[in-house]
Amino acid sequence: MGDAIRFRDDEPHEEPAVTLDAFLGQSNATAVRLEPDEDARALLPHLDRLSLIEVAFPKFRDGRGYSAARILREAGYTGELRAAGDVLLDQIVPMRRCGFDSFAPETTLDLEAVERALYRYDYVYQKTVDIRPPVWRIRNG
Amino acid sequence: MYKYDEYDQSIVEARVEEFREQAERRLSGELSEDQFKPLRLMNGLYLQLHAYMLRIAIPYGTLSSRQMRMLAHIARKYDRDYGHFTTRQNLQYNWIKLEDAADILAELATVEMHAIQTSGNCIRNISSDQFAGAAADEVTDPRPWAELLRQWSTFHPEFTYLPRKFKIAVIASEEDRAAVKLHDIGLQIRRNEAGEVGFRVFVGGGMGRTPMIAPLIRDFLPKEDFLSYMEACLRVYNRYGRRDNMYKARIKILIHELGADEYRRQVEEEFLHVKTLGLDPPAGEFERIAAFFAPPAYETGLPDEIDLSDPDFASWVEQNVHAHKQPGHAIVTISLKPVGGIPGDASSAQMDLMADLAEQYSFDELRVTHAQNIVLPHVAKRDLHTIWKKLDAAGLATPNLDLVSDIIACPGLDYCSLANARSIPVAQKIAQRFASLDRQRDLGEVKLKISGCINACGHHHAGHIGILGVDRKGEENYQLSFGGSGAEDTSIAKIIGPGFSEDGVVDAVEKALETYRELRTEGERFLDTYRRVGLAPFKEAIYG
Amino acid sequence: MEFETVRIVTGNDLATGDVTWWTGRGWSRHIADAVDAGAEAEAVAAREEAARHVNVPYVIEAKATPDGPRPAHIKDRIRAYGPTVRPDLSIAPADEGAAERVL
Repeated sequence: MGDAIRFRDDEPHEEPAVTLDAFLGQSNATAVRLEPDEDARALLPHLDRLSLIEVAFPKFRDGRGYSAARILREAGYTGELRAAGDVLLDQIVPMRRCGFDSFAPETTLDLEAVERALYRYDYVYQKTVDIRPPVWRIRNG
Repeated sequence: MYKYDEYDQSIVEARVEEFREQAERRLSGELSEDQFKPLRLMNGLYLQLHAYMLRIAIPYGTLSSRQMRMLAHIARKYDRDYGHFTTRQNLQYNWIKLEDAADILAELATVEMHAIQTSGNCIRNISSDQFAGAAADEVTDPRPWAELLRQWSTFHPEFTYLPRKFKIAVIASEEDRAAVKLHDIGLQIRRNEAGEVGFRVFVGGGMGRTPMIAPLIRDFLPKEDFLSYMEACLRVYNRYGRRDNMYKARIKILIHELGADEYRRQVEEEFLHVKTLGLDPPAGEFERIAAFFAPPAYETGLPDEIDLSDPDFASWVEQNVHAHKQPGHAIVTISLKPVGGIPGDASSAQMDLMADLAEQYSFDELRVTHAQNIVLPHVAKRDLHTIWKKLDAAGLATPNLDLVSDIIACPGLDYCSLANARSIPVAQKIAQRFASLDRQRDLGEVKLKISGCINACGHHHAGHIGILGVDRKGEENYQLSFGGSGAEDTSIAKIIGPGFSEDGVVDAVEKALETYRELRTEGERFLDTYRRVGLAPFKEAIYG
Repeated sequence: MEFETVRIVTGNDLATGDVTWWTGRGWSRHIADAVDAGAEAEAVAAREEAARHVNVPYVIEAKATPDGPRPAHIKDRIRAYGPTVRPDLSIAPADEGAAERVL
C-alpha cells in the first residue's frame, strides 16, 4: 500500500469502508467501498449519511470508476471520494476532474510529480464536476 | 479552416511537454515498457515491426498547405522521406525514434497539429466527409460539429479509459462518403420538417472481427442537445461495455447484447439527467467555430466548360473530378494509388507539391480521404488542366478513383506487428493485373479493400470485394469476400469460400470481375450484379 | 538439406526502435550476426531489457543456414529484412537477391 494523498481539509475518515451490500443492509455505516461493477446510483438515497466513498480501481485500465465518481458528485455528494488501487501518476488529473479528492494508490506516488501534473494544463475543454471553467465559457464570457 | 486560439495552443503545447517527460522517464529507465506503453499509445506512438510508428491526427481530414508542408518536413528530417495516409484520415510515420518523438510533436504544435488520442481506448480522431464544405449535396458543412466534438473529446476525463477505442464520424449529405454506419457513433446532419438542423444518430457499428452496421438510435437530435447526448451515449458505454474480453469490448457488442431499444432507453434516461448539468456550450461557441468554416471568397462568373480535347486529361477529369456547389468550381481527388505503388504512401516531395497546389489553386486547403487519397476541395475549373499537368509530372495523376486499382490497403505484415499477412503486395499485384485503364474503366466502380489481419484496418468488410490476409500454418493465405459497402447502402461482405495464395487471390479477383462483365446489365456495377444474381455464378467461376 | 534449429534473441532498440539481434556480446542490426543463445536465451532477454539495451526482447527459433539464422516465422524474417515492398529501405538495399533469401 502506498501513501495516501488527500485534497481535503477535514479529518480523514477512520472507519473502514464496508461493501455496498453490507452498506445497503445496515443503517449505521458512514463509509462504503464501490467495486467497478457496482452501480453508484444505488448510493444516491443515502448520500447525506456518507462521509467516505471509496471507489476501487483493481486495474488502471478499467475506467468505470470515473463515471461512478461523476455520478456521485453530480448528485451533490460532498464527502470524501477516494480512488483506491491501481492509481498511477497519469490518472490523477482525470480523476480529480471527475470529483475524486482522495487517493489510496497501491504504490506511493512522487508528490512533486503529482503537483506538476495537476498544474500542467492551464485550460480544459469540458465542464465536469470540478470548478474549472471550460474554455467555451472563458471564450464566451 | 479552424484556427487555434491561445487556449487550444496552450493545451497542445502542454501535451508536448507532458509527453516529453514521459518519454524521458522511459529512456532513463524510470518507467518500464509495461508502464510506458499505455502512455505512448495515448499519443499515437506504437512499437511496430521495424521501429516506432507515430500516428498524427488530421482532424476530420482537413489540412492547410502549411500543415502539409510540416508533414513533409517531418518525413524528411525524422523519418525516411515519406508518410502513409490512413483509413482514418490520419498520417503515420513508420521509422520514428523514441528520442525524437517529443521534438516532432513540438514541431507539429507550431502548425496546430498533434498526435493526441490517435490510439488508446479513448475517443479517436473525428472523421468526416472529405468533400465537406464543397459537396453539392450537403445540408451544411459538418466540420464545425466535428471540431466541437474534437474539443469535447480531447482529454475528456471520464472517457479516457473506455472499454475499447471509440470512433465517431460526422457527415451532412445523403451520400455517405465516410462510412458512418460502420462507426461507434455515426452522425448524419439533416433538417427536419421545420427546417431546423439536427442529427441522425447511429450507434454501434464497426468492422474488426465482428462487423456490425449501426442501428439508428435517434432520428432527430436537436443541435442544442448535441454534446449532452454524446455524453449520455458514452457514459452508458463506459459503465456497461464489456471489459472481460477485449474482443467483445467495442460498443457494437454492448448494443448487440442489450438490443438497440434497451440501449436507446438507457441513453435517453441518462440524457435527461445529463441535460440538467449545463454541459452544452452556448450557441455563440458553435458560431465562433462555424465562422472559421465560412465558404472561401470564390471568384464569380467563371465558366463551367472545360476543354477536354486532350484525352488523358479528359479521362482524369471524368474519373477524379467531382461537382462543386459553387459554379465554375470543382473538387479534385489526387490518387495516391499509382499502379504498382503503395496505397496511401506519399513522399515528402509529393506532399510539398500537393501543398503548393492547395495554396495556389484551392484556397489553401487539402483533405485526406478514408480511401487514402488527397482532395483539393475548391478548384476553379479553368485551373484544372494546369493542376493535372503538375500532378502528372509528379506521378500523382493516376485517373483511377473508385476503380479496381484504387485499393484501400492496411500496412499489413510489411510494417505492422499485429498483421498476419502482407496487404501491400496483393494490392500491387491486383493493380498490375488490371493496369490497363480501359479495362478498369470498363469494369467501372469496384471498391476493393485489403486487411492484413482480422482488425480490419483495410476495411475489407466494406469492400465490394474484400480481401483478408490470414496466417495458415505459417503461410500467408487470403480470404475473399464480396458484397460489402461503406456507402449509404451499407452492407457487410460475405466470405465466398476457401482462401487463396497471394497469386491465387489475384486470379480469383480477375475471374470474379470477368464473370461480372458477362452477367451485368446496363449500368450495373459489380456490387449491383452480385446483389442481383448472388454468389453462385461467381463461386462457380472461381472454384468450379 | 536440414539445418540445425537455434534459439536467437531479438527486440527493438529502446531509443531508436531499430530491430536488433543478440550477438553473444551485444546487439546488431544484422540477423547474420545473431548467435544461438540456447537455454540462456530467456535470461539474456531479461537481463538486457533490465539494462535498457533492448526493448521488448523475445526468443525465436531459427534455422542455422550458411547465410545466417533464418527465423521460423515470416514475421521475424520480415523484421530481419525490412518491408518487402521497399527494398531500398531494407537492411541490404544494394543486394537484389536479399529479399528472396530472407523470405
